[in-house]
Amino acid sequence: MKTIDYRVDTDGVAVLTINVPDKPMNVMTPDFLADLKEAVARITNDANVKGAVITSGKDAFMAGADLKDLVATFDQRTDAAEVYGWCRGLQQSLRKLETCGKPVAAAINGTALGGGLEICLACHYRVAANNPKAVFGLPEVQVGLLPGGGGTQRLPRLIGIEPALQLITQGKHVKPGEAVELGFVDKLVEPGTEIDIARTWVLEEGDPEQPWDKKGFKVPGGAGLMNPSVIQTFMVGTSLLQKMTNHNYPAPIAIMSAVYEGTVLPMDTALDVETKYFVSMLMNPVSRNMTRTLFINKGAADKLVRRPRGPEKRVVTQLGILGAGMMGAGVAFVSARAGMQVVLLDTTQEQADKGKDYSRNLLQKRVEKGRMTTEEARVLLERIHPTTDYEDLRDCELVIEAVFEDRAIKADVTAKAEAVMADDAIFASNTSTLPITGLAEASKRPKQFIGIHFFSPVDKMPLVEVILGKETADVATAQALDYIQQIRKTPIVVNDSRGFYTSRVFGVFSREGINMLAEGVKPALIENVARHAGMPVGPLAVTDEVSIELSHHVMTQTKKDLGDQYIASPADAVIEKLMDLGRKGKKAGKGFYEYPQGGRKHLWSGLTDLYPRASEQPSADEVRKRILYVQAIETVRCMDEGVVMHPADADIGSIFGWGFPPYTGGTLSFIETEGLAAFVAEADRLTEKYGARFSVPDSLRKMAENNETFYSSAENTPRRSAA
Amino acid sequence: MTNAYIYDHVRSPRGRGRANGSLHEITPVDLASQVLASLRDRNDLDTSKLDDVILGCTAPVGEQGSCIARTAVLNADFAENVPGKQLNRFCASGLEAVNTAAAQIMAGQSDLTIGGGIEHMSRIPMGSDSGAMHADPAIAYKTYFVPQGIGADLIATMQGFSREDVDAYAVESQKRAANAWEKGYFDNSVIAIKDHIGMTLLDKDEHLRPGTTAEDLAGLKAAFVIPGQQGGFDAVALQKYPQVEAINHVHTGGNSSGIVDGAAAVLLGSEAMGKALGLKRRARIRGFSSIGTDPTIMLTGPAPSAEKVLSRCGMTTKDIDLFELNEAFAAVVMLFMQRLDIPHDKINVNGGAIALGHPLGATGAMILGTVLDELERRDLNTALINLCVGGGMGTATIIERV
Repeated sequence: MKTIDYRVDTDGVAVLTINVPDKPMNVMTPDFLADLKEAVARITNDANVKGAVITSGKDAFMAGADLKDLVATFDQRTDAAEVYGWCRGLQQSLRKLETCGKPVAAAINGTALGGGLEICLACHYRVAANNPKAVFGLPEVQVGLLPGGGGTQRLPRLIGIEPALQLITQGKHVKPGEAVELGFVDKLVEPGTEIDIARTWVLEEGDPEQPWDKKGFKVPGGAGLMNPSVIQTFMVGTSLLQKMTNHNYPAPIAIMSAVYEGTVLPMDTALDVETKYFVSMLMNPVSRNMTRTLFINKGAADKLVRRPRGPEKRVVTQLGILGAGMMGAGVAFVSARAGMQVVLLDTTQEQADKGKDYSRNLLQKRVEKGRMTTEEARVLLERIHPTTDYEDLRDCELVIEAVFEDRAIKADVTAKAEAVMADDAIFASNTSTLPITGLAEASKRPKQFIGIHFFSPVDKMPLVEVILGKETADVATAQALDYIQQIRKTPIVVNDSRGFYTSRVFGVFSREGINMLAEGVKPALIENVARHAGMPVGPLAVTDEVSIELSHHVMTQTKKDLGDQYIASPADAVIEKLMDLGRKGKKAGKGFYEYPQGGRKHLWSGLTDLYPRASEQPSADEVRKRILYVQAIETVRCMDEGVVMHPADADIGSIFGWGFPPYTGGTLSFIETEGLAAFVAEADRLTEKYGARFSVPDSLRKMAENNETFYSSAENTPRRSAA
Repeated sequence: MTNAYIYDHVRSPRGRGRANGSLHEITPVDLASQVLASLRDRNDLDTSKLDDVILGCTAPVGEQGSCIARTAVLNADFAENVPGKQLNRFCASGLEAVNTAAAQIMAGQSDLTIGGGIEHMSRIPMGSDSGAMHADPAIAYKTYFVPQGIGADLIATMQGFSREDVDAYAVESQKRAANAWEKGYFDNSVIAIKDHIGMTLLDKDEHLRPGTTAEDLAGLKAAFVIPGQQGGFDAVALQKYPQVEAINHVHTGGNSSGIVDGAAAVLLGSEAMGKALGLKRRARIRGFSSIGTDPTIMLTGPAPSAEKVLSRCGMTTKDIDLFELNEAFAAVVMLFMQRLDIPHDKINVNGGAIALGHPLGATGAMILGTVLDELERRDLNTALINLCVGGGMGTATIIERV
């Protein structure tokens, strides 16, 4: 066996040590599944074997499937019956293991997730090392799947339906101690002793029959719809699940159904119910979308797949930040957290100090919540040096400006900083709207000038958009990406353009909402449908949050820059109108919404007077289409114009940048999910009805005609697991 | 088609549906049997002539299970040849039982039947029968299930009914019900329910609170705030009704139907059978219809079901003298009046379930009898009886005096 070290000791205990070669963590490769089947057969058939212990030869016990295999399965559009066939492999091996007639114990030395934990659940006894780094869980829901190795059946039978649902539908991880409290680990032991203790159990107590295979077994807390508390669990659980998923994510409800239907069945039938739900999720595009973008491609981005290979890796030890406002202060916090010394510069010492206070407040909250010690917080805070003196930037490898979005001010701070910066230091602008090439004109060394666009609040938002100006050289790109990796954020790399990628497409989202308002669509319909479609906040609410004043400012600047080329939309007049009325947004206490003190925000009733409701209101589906399509089409334009160079960057940027719904896999995966031909046809209809902003570029039309997709199947490594 | 005639109607008083209710000590079968026995005795009925006894019951489990209709027939000492069947159309079960009993006559397959209903809510609480509709995740998800109170609040929100509006309706229901009892308008149909040694347990509805004022009601807490917000049901409802910004929770225990114990039975027959038995025809079943509407908002069935039966009978609302619509929630009746332009003085003229209570499986048969008594008292001709029904349904019946 290649992946399992199988040894029978003198007492007749078979010790199976899982050690999948060439992988940092044990995952379920086709080899492993074949070996597991073989090992189970040996345990069963070898008369000298009295029982078995399963453990791992790596730090972690085992994770689940290889995600690349799962994506490949979807892309191959395999027939359901065939997928069902190979999905049963693991299920059958584990069922044979627990019914082999000999006691089997899991000696869980470290993290056990997904399929790894499911192997443990199929054992008759579980011993876990009290390893502070170890976590246990069934996280499949996060990639649009459900546990397919018996997890939805064995866990509720061990700990009860309600606690099992909480773990499985949320994909929650628990520490070994919690696992014992919940009841799916039998014994917590000193690390290093787990195998011996498991072996002792096999030899001295070993019960080779699972509780659910014993006569008279009852699921703890009950199962089935004649049990009042179970009714409540499923009724309220389904409601809360809908609140959470807005019917966009099929996996959580499939998990509920698998548990609901399976827990009243004998184990063999129950496992079959689970497998069928697993197959239907595996064949659902949501699973493909989430796996591909959120894990495979985001993982590659985090490993700097876009970094030019030439320049050597360079660590930032000292970072300069110009402007200690909200953004500058946030960048200071995340950089100090990553261990850098941070020079935080502003025009007055008071303002610079205020920027440092931002970190002080964040740290205090962390200390209060017990997530950080006072000492750690003190050390971190000491790394931030507020100042007004440009001389302090002398030793910074990287300087990021985060001053007001005004060309003249930005030009001024660029010149002042470059006057003292080292020759090889990089200057970055954290602008969200102004083209980098234009800003670089103020630089003496535009090759070392780059855009690093953060999102607010910086400490929470995971994405950073790197913008290349016309002159930007590889050395600047590499340095910017190395820095982003240092602060543990996910980068995408885009070319220069007004609004770059994220601000530009985010802008069409909020504007489309405002356009609908101008047309007389009910504001509640616009806001609710946007959220139901999966946007984190409705377009009107989000415009209030970034402030109508800022939207107005950007609009005015764009008009000024573009002159005749500017294409007006009905939203412009709405923004003008609200500015005239002094409704500048959330900070001002009024915008599209009212923000009553101590109460919940609600839509401003005056909107109806300004934009009377149209007698005929669009369907929710139409509003949803407008909101999602307008963003997807603008993304295609960004690809066409070379602003975004890789589909993965477009998808990652849309989800992590402005909150395009994760179930879609991103703006381009959304188009793939709709089907390119269907998307183009629908966009044509929308263009006819609402105007040119929905017209698709010729490139997309051609792709549709040629049956092409954004992601070639080669990128999805068409290997298939033989599970 | 044979005409189906109503020959008589009796009902139990409605006991508080809790442990302190006056009917709590007797079993559902006993309660239903006493109503059946009373219908027999006051009509001197040869029960061997009955072709069927149909009882509505929404929680046919436990002591209401295993076909309570046949059980009650046996317990009431009806002739052995009388069969029984139990049916469930949720809150309209009692009316549906009457409709079905009438239909058997109209189709020429029965000559004499009883339709009625039983719900002993203090002993078999609402929801005891469970069900896939609200608790099978796949079904609840697919249909956007929310509890009916959320639907009632959603109706109020969409129609702009304020808390004051719905409370005002409830005050009027209490006033009318108290007045009807005081003047003896229910005396013809309500029988005393007794224990087995012959002592009266209850001879009058005991849920109503005469003299309830708007101020009293204003103090009550909205009942569906917690399930709506913490249980996530408001969010589910808005996924179906995205044009609504937020649900305004206005319904309370004071402006919704009360939980009570009760049973009712209606004697139906063909003209020939009535003559043979020497019975007096009181009214004719003109027609009946049921309909389905959106299951999420759930309570919008009454107007479409009324329109459907009116159209089947070739009638309009103008041809109806009195309307009786179950007061499940104040907003349900208010919406119905708005949709069909029904003046308040023509509907629920003797109050309704807000004051008197709603024994789920029996109410339909009870309010049919109530409005028939009132037609006779006022010497009017036609009435439309109507209920909102779980799952988004509605059931309506038109009766006409002869």
